[in-house]
Amino acid sequence: MLPKINLLLASSGVAAAVPSVELNQWSNQLSELGIPGLLLISAIPLVFIAVYALYVGVYGERKVSAFIQDRIGPNETGKWGLLQTIADILKLIQKEDVVPAAADKTLYVLGPIIIFVGAFAAYAVLPFGPAFIGADLNVGVFYATSIVSIEAVGILMAGWGSNNKWSLFGAVRSVAQIVSYEIPAGLAILCGVMMAGTLSMHGITLAQSGLQADGTNNGLGILNFFIFQSPVAWLAFLIYFIASLAECNRAPFDIPEAESELVSGYFTEYGGMKFAMIFLAEYASMFMVSVIISTLFLGGWNSPLPNLGPLRLNEWTNGPVWGVFWIVIKGFFFIFVQMWVRWTLPRFRVDQLMYLCWKVLTPFAMVALVITAFWEMYVRNPM
Amino acid sequence: MAEVVEGKKLSSYAEVGATQYVLERGLDTDVMVLNMGPQHPATHGVLRVELITDGEIVVKATPYIGYLHRCFEKHAESLEYQMVIPYTDRMDYLSAMNNEWVYCMAVEKLLKIEVPRRIEFMRVIVAELNRIASHIIAIGTYGLDIGAFTPFLHTFHDREHIMNLLEWLCGARMLYNYIWVGGVSHDFPPKFKERVAEFLKYYKPRVDEMNKLLTENELFVQRTRGIGVLPADVAINYGCSGPMLRGSGVKWDLRRNVPYSVYPELEFDVVVPKGDISVIGDCLSRHLVRCYEIYESIKIIEQCLDKMPDEPGFDPHKAVPKRIKPQAGEAIARGENPRGELAYYIISDGKGVKPYRVKARAPSFSNLSVLPELAKGALISDVVAIVGSIDIVLGDVDR
Repeated sequence: MLPKINLLLASSGVAAAVPSVELNQWSNQLSELGIPGLLLISAIPLVFIAVYALYVGVYGERKVSAFIQDRIGPNETGKWGLLQTIADILKLIQKEDVVPAAADKTLYVLGPIIIFVGAFAAYAVLPFGPAFIGADLNVGVFYATSIVSIEAVGILMAGWGSNNKWSLFGAVRSVAQIVSYEIPAGLAILCGVMMAGTLSMHGITLAQSGLQADGTNNGLGILNFFIFQSPVAWLAFLIYFIASLAECNRAPFDIPEAESELVSGYFTEYGGMKFAMIFLAEYASMFMVSVIISTLFLGGWNSPLPNLGPLRLNEWTNGPVWGVFWIVIKGFFFIFVQMWVRWTLPRFRVDQLMYLCWKVLTPFAMVALVITAFWEMYVRNPM
Repeated sequence: MAEVVEGKKLSSYAEVGATQYVLERGLDTDVMVLNMGPQHPATHGVLRVELITDGEIVVKATPYIGYLHRCFEKHAESLEYQMVIPYTDRMDYLSAMNNEWVYCMAVEKLLKIEVPRRIEFMRVIVAELNRIASHIIAIGTYGLDIGAFTPFLHTFHDREHIMNLLEWLCGARMLYNYIWVGGVSHDFPPKFKERVAEFLKYYKPRVDEMNKLLTENELFVQRTRGIGVLPADVAINYGCSGPMLRGSGVKWDLRRNVPYSVYPELEFDVVVPKGDISVIGDCLSRHLVRCYEIYESIKIIEQCLDKMPDEPGFDPHKAVPKRIKPQAGEAIARGENPRGELAYYIISDGKGVKPYRVKARAPSFSNLSVLPELAKGALISDVVAIVGSIDIVLGDVDR
C-alpha cells in the first residue's frame, strides 16, 4: 500500500509556511482498491508513455526533423503518416530475436531490460498533476536521479555483452558521460530543492503555486515559478537542461551512439524488440528530464497564467485536469527544444564533452548553488 | 601484430600531445585493433581503415583499399576510344563531367584535333556546375561526419537543382556521357543559359546560409580546427592535390598554373586558407577551401555565360571524328577535378581503334595515402573528421 505522506510535515522552510492542501487524491483513492488499483496506478503512466513515445517521440521527432531539414517526413501510412510508427512497431515485433553467436547471452539480454526499467522506474515520482502521482516520496527528486543512474549499468552490460568493439567504445563513453554529468545536474537540482525546502516533487510544485500563509493564492502565475524567484535560477535551469541532454545521450552529446563514428554505439548489435526497448527508454528519459526540469524551475502542474483583475485566469486554469495539461505541455515543450537542438548542432568530441562538464558546468553549478543558498537565507526567507 | 609492437616505440609515438601525456603518466594500455569499415557510416563507401588504438587514441591507421576495384584500366584496353568515356564517369561518380572532359582532352591531344570555341565554354560551364555539386556533397557529408545532420539535406536540396539542369541537358543525372571526343552530345537547349543564371542567383545566398549553419558553428569549428594538420611539404611529398593541397597553403590549381581550355580568359581566384579562423593545413582549412571554391565556380560560370558565343543552329558534333584511329604515340592530359589533379595517360599503337594502354592518375588515391600521417595520435572521432575532410570517392581511389 502506498502510504499517504503528508508531504508538508516532512518538509521545512517555505513549504512549511504553506497551508496543507489535499493533493494526490486520485492515486490515493486508486491505491485503496488494493492490487488492481496499484496496477492501474502504474498502468496509467505506462499507457501515457506508450502513446507519447509513439506520437510525440518517434512521429513528432520525424516531423520536426523533416521540418528543420526541408523535407516532408512520413506521409504515406495513414493520414499525414500517422500510422507510420505503428507500422514500425509491428515490424520490430515480428523480427527474429537474434542473439549474436559471440555475445555474452545473459548480459546481452539483461542490458536492454535494465535500461528500460531504469528509465521507467523514475516515472513513479513524476507528478502528472495535483491529484496524480505514482508515489509522492519525500525524497522524490533524489529517487528519480538515482534510479536513472542504473541505466549506466544496463548500457555497460549491453555494450560489453554485444562483444563488439564499437559497442564497447559506446558503452564506456556513455558510462563516463552519464556519471560525469550527474554532478552538474545534481547541483542544479539542489538549487531548486533549496528554494522549495523539500525533495518531494509535489512539495516543490506546491512551493511555486503562489499559496500564501493565510491559505489564499497570490495569483501571480508564472512569476511564482522558481526561475523568476532567484537571480541565479536561470543558470541552474540552463545547467540542468544541458546536463539532461547529456544524460539522455541526446545530441550534441550523443557520442555514445554517434552514428557516424561508432556505427550505433552500445546498441549496434541489437535488433527487433530489444532495439525498440532501448529506443523507448531514450524517449522515456527525454520526457522524464523534461518533467523534472518543469517541476523544479517552471512550476510543474501550476498554471503560468496570472490573475488579471476580474479575469481570474490563474484560478480558472488550475486544478487536477488542468494540472495534467500543464505538466504535459511543459514536458512536450522541452522535448521539442531537445529535438530542435539535436537537428541543428554538430556533435561534441569526447574530450570536449568532459571539458564542458568538469570545467564549465560544474563550477558554474557550484556558484549557482552558493548564491541560491545565500539568496534563500537573506532575501526570500530572511531569518 | 608484430608491426604494432614496433610502432609503439617512444620516438615515433610521442610526437603528439595527447599520446605524450598518456605515456608520461604511464597511462598507456594494451593496444587494440579496431576495424573501421568497409561497412562503416563514416568511410564514405567501402574504405577499410585498420586502426590500432590505445583507448581512444589512434596509434596507427592503415587504409586498405580495393573493395571497389573495377579494372578500369584493363577495360579501357578492350574498348574503342569513345566507349571508354562512360567508364570514366564511374570513377569519380560525383564529378563525372570533369572525368570525361580530361579523358576527352587526352584523346583530342592524341588526335591533334581542335575543339570549337563554343564547345569549350559549354564544357567549362557543365564542369563547374558539376564541381559545385561535388563540393556541396563533400561539405554536406562532412557535416554528417561531425554529427550535424541537417546541412547535409539542405545541400542535397540544392544539388537537386544542378542535377535537374544537367538532366535537362543530357538526360542523365549523375553519369552523363555528355562530353565527347571533339564535342559534346547535345547543344544547350533553348533557355538553358537563362536557367543556369537563375540557379546561380538563387544559389549564392544559399551558400552564405550554409556557411552560417555549418562553417560558422562553434561546435563545428572546435571539432575541426587544428585537427589533422597537413604541412605543405608533406602534402607535396604525398602527391596531394586539389583542396587538400590548397588547404595546406600551397597555391596550386591546374586551371591557373597549367591552364587548359578557356580558363586563361576567365577571372577567378585560387583559394587558399588565410589562417585567420583555421590553422593552415587542418580539417577546417580544407573545408573552407571547398566552401570558397563554390563562390569561384559561380564566378567562372557567370563569366562563361557572358562570353560564350551564340551560334544558332550550332552542331555540337561538328568536330567529332567519325572514326577515332590515332597514329602511334602517346598523350597525357591533366585537369583540375573537384578532388584534385586528374590525369589520363593514353598510349596508342596506331594499329586499331582501341587504346593500347590507358592510365588514370586519380586524385583521391594520392589524397588518401596521406591518411596514416594525419591520423597518428588523433582520437577516433578525429579520424572520422580527417577522413571526411580528405573527401575521397572510393570509385576514384580503386578505379
